[in-house]
Amino acid sequence: MKLDAKIPEGPIAEKWTKYKATIPLVNPANKRHIEIIVVGSGLAGSSAAASLAEMGYKVKVFCFQDSPRRAHSIAAQGGINAAKNYSNDGDSVHRLFYDTIKGGDYRSREGNVHRLAEVSTSIIDQCVAQGVPFAREYGGLLDNRSFGGVQVSRTFYAKGQTGQQLLLGAYSALSRQIGRKQAEMYTRHEMLDVVIIDGKARGIIARNLTNGKIERYFGHAVVMATGGYGNVFFLSTNAMGCNVTAIWRAHKKGAFFGNPCFTQIHPTCIPVSGDHQSKLTLMSESLRNDGRIWVPKAKGDNRKPSEIPEDERDYYLERRYPAFGNLVPRDIASRAAKERCDAGYGVGTSKMAVYLDFSDAINRLGKDTIEARYGNLFEIYDKITGEDPYTNAMRIYPAVHYTMGGLWVDYNLMTTIPGLYATGECNFSDHGANRLGASALMQGLADGYFVLPITIGDFLSKEIGTKAIPTNHPAFEEAENAVTERIKKLMSIQGSEPVDYFHKKLGLTMWEYCGMGRNAEGLAKAKKIVQEIKKDFWSNVRIPGAPNETNPELEKALRVADFIELGELMIDDALNRNESCGGHFREEYQTPEGEALRDDNNYAYVAAWEYTGDNQPEVLHKEQLVFDNIKLVQRSYK
Amino acid sequence: MKLTLKVWRQKNAENKGEFKTYQMDHVSEDMSFLEMFDVLNDDLVRKGEDTVAFDHDCREGICGMCSMYINGRPHGPLKGTTTCQLHMRHFKDGETITVEPWRATAFPIIKDLMVDRSAFDRIIQAGGYISINTGNAVDANSTPIPKLDADKAFDAASCIGCGACVATCKNASAMLFVSAKVSQLALLPQGQPERHQRVKKMVEIMDAEGFGNCTNTGACEVECPKGISLENIARMNRDFLVANVVD
Amino acid sequence: MATVTAGIIQSSIGRKYLMALSGLFLCTFLIVHMLGNLALFKDDGGQAFNEYTYFMTHNPLIKIIAYVNYAFILLHIFYSLTLTIYNRKARPESYALVNQSKSATWSSRNMGILGSVILIFLIVHMRTFWFEMKFGTMPTIQYDGNDMVLKDMYSVVAEAFSQVWYVALYVVSMFAIAFHLYHGFQSGFQTLGINHHKYTPIIKNIGMILFAVIIPALFAAMPLYFLILNL
Repeated sequence: MKLDAKIPEGPIAEKWTKYKATIPLVNPANKRHIEIIVVGSGLAGSSAAASLAEMGYKVKVFCFQDSPRRAHSIAAQGGINAAKNYSNDGDSVHRLFYDTIKGGDYRSREGNVHRLAEVSTSIIDQCVAQGVPFAREYGGLLDNRSFGGVQVSRTFYAKGQTGQQLLLGAYSALSRQIGRKQAEMYTRHEMLDVVIIDGKARGIIARNLTNGKIERYFGHAVVMATGGYGNVFFLSTNAMGCNVTAIWRAHKKGAFFGNPCFTQIHPTCIPVSGDHQSKLTLMSESLRNDGRIWVPKAKGDNRKPSEIPEDERDYYLERRYPAFGNLVPRDIASRAAKERCDAGYGVGTSKMAVYLDFSDAINRLGKDTIEARYGNLFEIYDKITGEDPYTNAMRIYPAVHYTMGGLWVDYNLMTTIPGLYATGECNFSDHGANRLGASALMQGLADGYFVLPITIGDFLSKEIGTKAIPTNHPAFEEAENAVTERIKKLMSIQGSEPVDYFHKKLGLTMWEYCGMGRNAEGLAKAKKIVQEIKKDFWSNVRIPGAPNETNPELEKALRVADFIELGELMIDDALNRNESCGGHFREEYQTPEGEALRDDNNYAYVAAWEYTGDNQPEVLHKEQLVFDNIKLVQRSYK
Repeated sequence: MKLTLKVWRQKNAENKGEFKTYQMDHVSEDMSFLEMFDVLNDDLVRKGEDTVAFDHDCREGICGMCSMYINGRPHGPLKGTTTCQLHMRHFKDGETITVEPWRATAFPIIKDLMVDRSAFDRIIQAGGYISINTGNAVDANSTPIPKLDADKAFDAASCIGCGACVATCKNASAMLFVSAKVSQLALLPQGQPERHQRVKKMVEIMDAEGFGNCTNTGACEVECPKGISLENIARMNRDFLVANVVD
Repeated sequence: MATVTAGIIQSSIGRKYLMALSGLFLCTFLIVHMLGNLALFKDDGGQAFNEYTYFMTHNPLIKIIAYVNYAFILLHIFYSLTLTIYNRKARPESYALVNQSKSATWSSRNMGILGSVILIFLIVHMRTFWFEMKFGTMPTIQYDGNDMVLKDMYSVVAEAFSQVWYVALYVVSMFAIAFHLYHGFQSGFQTLGINHHKYTPIIKNIGMILFAVIIPALFAAMPLYFLILNL
């Protein structure tokens, strides 16, 4: 199968406009008869579902949480980028486009990214109209701040709760459609398979998490908006429920998986405190605007940070990257922290942490200003660690945060399964090998509000004659049976260890060998370990309770089973990519100064993996990336 | 730390529940309250018992899913803190901790400590939005909003919908939750066209869902992990009166 | 208009307006009642008090207000019962352990009990004075410079307040009123939508100083005054 990204012809700045003007449409009378399934209710899912319902499609929305408002987009803190140039600092669509491609270390598609930059401005307009209370200046106009990896202020924010406010905006838009009966909401439902009829995605199998019933749902098209798979590392900043199951099931039914090894490690998280740790908490990147990152110049310096004099501190980011200083992109900041800790300069009891220090900023701006900017973040830190960050420097360490990889999609956001779409974090499309701060919210909402509702017309315009397929169709039958069998098998193992035991093992392995630094030898070793974990899991896991009731352990087991399989693919992908780029740092490929060394001649492609059967090696398909508008150079933030 | 947990166990909505007591011998002070339950559940699995079901997701105090009534208070003893952000250093060695689900007619129990809060969603569906279709918006800066109003709207909008207000209220009233959304939109120019209809519809559904009446004890404001102010309830009361008189 | 009232009365918030309005009206009544009764402290053989009583029972405007007052008392009681029953239904199964000592005042959590104490007090109070005045046979008195023969309410009061148990009931009831109004007065404003960072503290202070301290204290001082006089 040849991958066709279907990027429209023409100059980069005109592609989207021209495409929109020529894409086939579905007339309102026909929309009424077309049903669309949206899985996931985060920014991408809620915004898509609301927009599609507004257009007149019949929409069914699924989420595993108790309410669509809980999706993990809600936890995004810092902000959302848009090329509004309200700050008059030279921003433009082209600059946002350029920054995103460069920030992604030249592993994303020009066409998609330019479109993203174009629609970014409409997102802000839309959200303000919905009543999203963005931060404002005293004159009543919107305020902006700067973020890592760029030199303009284009980030809109609502204190440290931007994701929450944007999600509640999308949730309210979706709620309105549910109230109008144009959308139907299925909460506490988890998608366990996609149903394919005549090569097209026509529905899903979902488990009702309250009573354990396996249910069938039809849709003319299925939209996945199921988020990232960072929880493959067990410890991440993702929510406990975030999982890969929906897209992994789709992958096994034929959707190619793009760049699975591209994961983002966020530099500013609260360090691990012990074995009991269930998740990691992010401290927004915006903190790096005013906080300075350092470690002691002497190894094993155990003095309190405030007692270490200025000239005995190593502000290593400012030293290594004078132009961007503490605001270098995430991958670079994370790796630099790891480098210092590995070299023995780490702080705190675990020695796996660096200082993020606000004392300069407090002296310069006053405590009140710092509190107004970051008050809620400081509170979170205080709650978790029991330390006051106003008087003690924060301790931070990188943690898994976002996955750039995901289902491969074309310009229409359609996967390799016709009628199956992937939006937001669960697709691979816009961030290349590294995502810039405040761009995840932008992408989720761009996909949901402004891209998918239009591009889905290309497929649906040919489906207006398709009648709703009854769910007693053999394909539904077959998919449901497979799901039921799988659950039966899991429940019957009754081994000795709880699900988390395996998940933690998997996570540690992935973090150790497929995390911030990777090398061929380690990856080969990790592959073996993951295969052993898989075997162990399927013979030794113990799930209490019954399948036909509320059973959180069974939910976890279904997810972890898929994480294990995904882990192996991530390792394969990391092994295949013999270069360092963005979040993927192969230790064999670095410059003498320790910077990532790309290989554009051989690896300027999207690695799209095709599933071919259990225990079969996946087949690699390459989508060559074409850069007509941006010259590939080594990323420099010096 | 050693702790004794008295936990409400209830198989499902139909069955009657009861307290069960669990002894926890190795609780670390750095654990969050939910991490302590993870440890308990792992132990229960190994012993072949059914785990304690509880709602949780983000574990960073923002999704609003976690919901435990701890020692007589929603989300436990710490001000401005959700259950997931409550750490064990705030308890004493040897303490007995009673953990119950939210209790309200409008929040039926699903299992153990898990309750159904979809009533909140239905209230929002009744009018907790601004009716604007995608793509219809004017430029974001075309309507200046005084910073003070925007900030107040933000404060109201920071509600996480956890239901602690209902859980703590002696009347199981949802006024704080509803008024937070009513206020957020009433404070913004974009929310004006539907202001009266919105408050009427949302109050109507709130009543129909079976929440109790507000008697202004103020417990909700104190227990709200996001510090949503009673001012919002007053604003809603005012808007409701005006809406009924005007429309 | 009909739809407006229906819309209000059928809603939870609307019923609370009625609680608040009736409650606040009764608060103003208390001020008038207390001021008038200060005449009891005048050492004139009860003339000022009996003349005040006469005025209160014969002025047509006052009479109307009195009936409004009774109506509001009944309304206040009726809706408090309605709301209580409604609120019970909102949480049929109660918590095993409740700790609200830090989150809400004792008064606000016990308005029903406080109200019930006040109701019992009201019945006793009305039976002793209002009923006697209206339907009972009372001693009369005539003062110098006033042609009219007045019912001697003063002596009835003095008689009643010479009994220790009766005075005790009054003092306890005044505590109930104090706590009831400590929450009730400011709560009424909140219900009516008046909550302002500048003015709410003033309202709360009035509630505390005037309605929770001064008024109940003065009311309690009256029976105590007579009790002490009788010693």
